[in-house]
Amino acid sequence: MSSGSITDVRDVQPARAADAIDTRLPSMITATTRLRVVVLTIVFLVLCFGVPYLLTSFWLQITLQAVIYSAVTLGLGLLVGRVGMFSLCQMVFVVSGAWMSLRIEQEWSMPFPLLLLVTGVLTGVLGSIIGIPALRLSGLYLALITLMAAGAITLLLKVYKFPNGGGGFWGFDTTKPSGSAALPRPSIALGDIAYFRYSLVVVSLMFLLVTWHIKGKPGRAWASIRQSQVTAVSAGVHTTLYKLWAFALSAFITGVAGALLAAGPGGVSVNQFPVEGSIILLAVVLMGGVYSVWGAVIAAFLLRILPRLLEQKIGLSSEVLTMLFGLGVIQVLLTTPGGIVSDLARLGDAVKRRFSRADAGAGAPS
Amino acid sequence: MTVRFGGVTPIDNMTLTLGAGTNGLIGPNGAGKTTFFNVLSGFVRPQSGSVTAFGVDVLAMPPFKRARWGVRRTFQTEQAVANLSVYENVLLIEEQSSRRSTTRREDVIDAVEFVGLGPKIRHEVGTLGAAERRLVEVARAVVGKPRLVLLDEPAAGLPDDETVVLGNIIRQIPERTGAMVVLVDHDMELVSATCGQVAVLDFGRVIANGPTRDVLADPLVIRAYLGDDESVQA
Repeated sequence: MSSGSITDVRDVQPARAADAIDTRLPSMITATTRLRVVVLTIVFLVLCFGVPYLLTSFWLQITLQAVIYSAVTLGLGLLVGRVGMFSLCQMVFVVSGAWMSLRIEQEWSMPFPLLLLVTGVLTGVLGSIIGIPALRLSGLYLALITLMAAGAITLLLKVYKFPNGGGGFWGFDTTKPSGSAALPRPSIALGDIAYFRYSLVVVSLMFLLVTWHIKGKPGRAWASIRQSQVTAVSAGVHTTLYKLWAFALSAFITGVAGALLAAGPGGVSVNQFPVEGSIILLAVVLMGGVYSVWGAVIAAFLLRILPRLLEQKIGLSSEVLTMLFGLGVIQVLLTTPGGIVSDLARLGDAVKRRFSRADAGAGAPS
Repeated sequence: MTVRFGGVTPIDNMTLTLGAGTNGLIGPNGAGKTTFFNVLSGFVRPQSGSVTAFGVDVLAMPPFKRARWGVRRTFQTEQAVANLSVYENVLLIEEQSSRRSTTRREDVIDAVEFVGLGPKIRHEVGTLGAAERRLVEVARAVVGKPRLVLLDEPAAGLPDDETVVLGNIIRQIPERTGAMVVLVDHDMELVSATCGQVAVLDFGRVIANGPTRDVLADPLVIRAYLGDDESVQA
């Protein structure tokens, strides 16, 4: 892979465009990419095989929630960071994912992966319907419209609750108790640790799906839409299609997360999903960082693990944390649009430079 | 063709036939040059008139389809996506185009090398200088199979030596791509160096059209451009 002889390569291999590209674009797979893959694999393996044995069952449950919610924050980060659409109804897609999976499972029994897929696709359809206003509106108005949609659907849930074996469309039997509903787990992942791993794999697949989109044709089209409508149109981007696709994809992964949540310890209950949940979600996503998929992981940590940590170790109530989140969002909006993940990246760069002064010139700050 | 915005008529019953190769389009500020481009690329819908290029009714297509069909455009304010690399920016245009191609990646690299940005192909456009961003726009306009390349003041604000480089690149576009090129610029040196034909617009009308040398010598053109000194004195 020499970076020099560009024309020679073309002469030698005119037929195989893919081979030619590797040589003509020597940085296609860079050292950073390789490092990223290694880090990702380590994180995955540690989460998969280390964490379940290190944690008590309470903390495993909290970590499972964080893992599942990282798909939710990933979905919202996709809309906000990649396409520039502020949606305040992400929690609705979690709810609808959980609800649909329970309802479908009650009617037809199907293999768990297929159930996840069907739930995701149906939630994706719902997502693109809710996304229709996004074709005309943006910014504050889109946020308001999606918040109203969130309110309406949350109201429906308050009335009809999660399916509990009843008949009709809603599958809710008023004579039965309506505490929490739980989805039966797949037979290969009945235990809590096994289910934790199962969820981890599913969520990792969601991350791969999103990364594949971002690095590919949709990602470039979304980047042009985020810059401006004129940019996108003059590049030949079908803005309607790509905006709806972003909403659908975001809702798809969030719906799958909802179904995973429904089969988690304790299942799901109505009170778990207040309307303001979506606002908090947007706050943590902004704090985590919307321009990197890692931001989604940090956002899920802020959302699910940090509150429990503060509560258990310091005795801080979650209301105080909400206020801290508010301050955090202000800090992000004013000083670091890239969120915590960009802070960490800068910190990492600084550390790297300190330890390898020889390379200091090469690692230019972005 | 006629375009009206309220009481303003930036293009007034204009008829213009452009030939193959590079066509210049000049005229004082407000003559309707950019409006004409906006009509072609679909951001403005004319009150009346039609545009036919390569036997296709351009105005019948929605804006994004025109770009896919081959209407490429550079803007006075660059529209290259700041947080994508040069490569990704050019690829964005080519992969959205309606042309089926198996050499897409090679074509993209060719276009980037054509404008001389080969060494910076992986750089984010936001980190490039103004002249380089302009070149990215040109690469986006020429990649693959463009049919109509509209260059809106590509040399505005560039130093002279970079304008010369840009002029050399622009001159090669018709031969390289087979596209019809329309160049709007105030830099007469650039226009006469690159364009075989020039049309002059003034108040939304074509006041002259023909070979560059003849048009630039036309007293009517000189008066429209430099102001009507004699008539003020008279």
